[in-house]
Amino acid sequence: MAEVLVVVESSGGTVKKVTLEMLTLARSLGEPAAVVLGAPGTAAALVDKLGEYGATKVYAAESAEIDEHLVAPKATALAQLVKAVSPAAVLIGSTQEGKEIAGRLAVKLDNGVLHDVVELAADGTATQVAFAGSTIVKSKVTKGLPLVTVRPNSLTPSPAAASPSVEQVEVALSDTDKLAVVTKRVAEAKGARPELTEASIVVSGGRGVGSAENFKVVEELADLLGAAVGASRAATDSGFYPHAFQVGQTGKTVSPQLYVALGISGAIQHRAGMQTSKTIVAVNKDTEAPIFELADFGVVGDLFQVVPQAAEEIRKRR
Amino acid sequence: MKIVVLVKQVPDSGAERNLRADDNTVDRASANNVINEMDEYAIEEALRLQEAHGGEVTVLTMGPDRATESIRKALSMGPDAAVHVLDDALAGTDALGTSKVLAAAIGELAPDLVIAGAESTDARGQVMPHMLAERLGYAALTGARKLTVEGSQLTVERQTEEGYEVVTAATPAIVSVWDTINEPRYPSFKGIMAAKKKPVATKSLADLQVPADQVGWTGATTTVLSHSKRPPRSAGQKVADSGDGGTALVEYLSSEKFV
Repeated sequence: MAEVLVVVESSGGTVKKVTLEMLTLARSLGEPAAVVLGAPGTAAALVDKLGEYGATKVYAAESAEIDEHLVAPKATALAQLVKAVSPAAVLIGSTQEGKEIAGRLAVKLDNGVLHDVVELAADGTATQVAFAGSTIVKSKVTKGLPLVTVRPNSLTPSPAAASPSVEQVEVALSDTDKLAVVTKRVAEAKGARPELTEASIVVSGGRGVGSAENFKVVEELADLLGAAVGASRAATDSGFYPHAFQVGQTGKTVSPQLYVALGISGAIQHRAGMQTSKTIVAVNKDTEAPIFELADFGVVGDLFQVVPQAAEEIRKRR
Repeated sequence: MKIVVLVKQVPDSGAERNLRADDNTVDRASANNVINEMDEYAIEEALRLQEAHGGEVTVLTMGPDRATESIRKALSMGPDAAVHVLDDALAGTDALGTSKVLAAAIGELAPDLVIAGAESTDARGQVMPHMLAERLGYAALTGARKLTVEGSQLTVERQTEEGYEVVTAATPAIVSVWDTINEPRYPSFKGIMAAKKKPVATKSLADLQVPADQVGWTGATTTVLSHSKRPPRSAGQKVADSGDGGTALVEYLSSEKFV
């Protein structure tokens, strides 16, 4: 069976969930081989987890320069590997950097690329969700191998133990790979909360939350549910919550099991980022708010009454 | 500093958008076609750099005839000139082909800096700046929420999942920007009038020396097999809070096994 390359995303020595989802997908297409692109020593910490989800091989393309420069070195290392092993497909996470690597790889290999794929069949037919979740598109790469970026939370990762062999891959970079220099990486506190695009539950606040101070109500419910916190554009533009957490057309697209919309009217800008969520619940004062048109369960009421009561009820049930 | 801003005309994301039944391309005829929102931030950033450092700002668009409207709209914000890549053979061009065409057009203009929106609201691919950088051998500083220029040295704060990265490069470079970077100006009446007289150069594939069979339907490297509308979500249960709304909410979450 041909290898299916899965480009590993990790953070601080932990494999990201989207990678486990891609390994699960890769198992239905061929032999999953994980590709770690990073500084020397990155792969060692990840191998066990990658094996747990079925990686039969781990390619470690490690070089300090990969970490010191933006995107380009990763694409170069990956292109060299693709040429060497001729995989059946290449799966990359549909994150900012993942899409960027895929774009460069497409140029290097003169190979078609599909992004935001939610399903990939063995014959290479990809399913994409377009136009803010309103349209389902079936598409195919017609030149080269299936090179796709996979949208986080598109499938449920399932373990399938394997004992991967680790293969070190030589990384040969050119001067143009080193033009953009990363001088600093700054983590902004999100506390212990899960990452927005990967979270199974997202609790978001909108204009109705009213102030940055009041977002504590949103955060409290999120923490009780083990959820990530999101915000509508109205809330981020008003400075209630940092822009990085914006869900919507110009922010993050999320597709969690449960989406909780608090004080969010449900403008098309916001719906674009969340309407493929499995279950949606909403609390809003305005009974006419469009968010109720897509909510599986809605409470018309003051979120400052409803949400603290819900939080109390959850605590009681523990 | 010579700056090129990439502008894409897209169907308005605030209205219903469709793919055509015949050739699976974006239905532009029935849509309200507007400048990709993120591109307005790119134009604003270019104008601010021009105000601080001098130089010229050129808008670059690839698109059909009607993209002219978006080009004039872009020029009304303040850029000096525009290049419109217009060729019937471009219909059906995918991202990879588009990057080939835009790279050729940028190569001719030989700017110090190319600024683009971080993504378009229709395709949301985020691939174009790096595809162009790859083709042109430029540095790519993408996903910027802040850009500073000192001489030929560029520094951006790149928004990431965890926070941000500080990334530097020398010109020539391509920078893509998020909507957190600035607040785009509205075109003034004077700007709108002036835009009508600004030079818009039209370039064909032959002008750019891009072989027609490498773009359009013939050169496409991906294909859409079929498309369908996702069934709209239907409204579920809605209750008015009469003092027990929070409890009712948790009841529901519990019945769905979230609590």
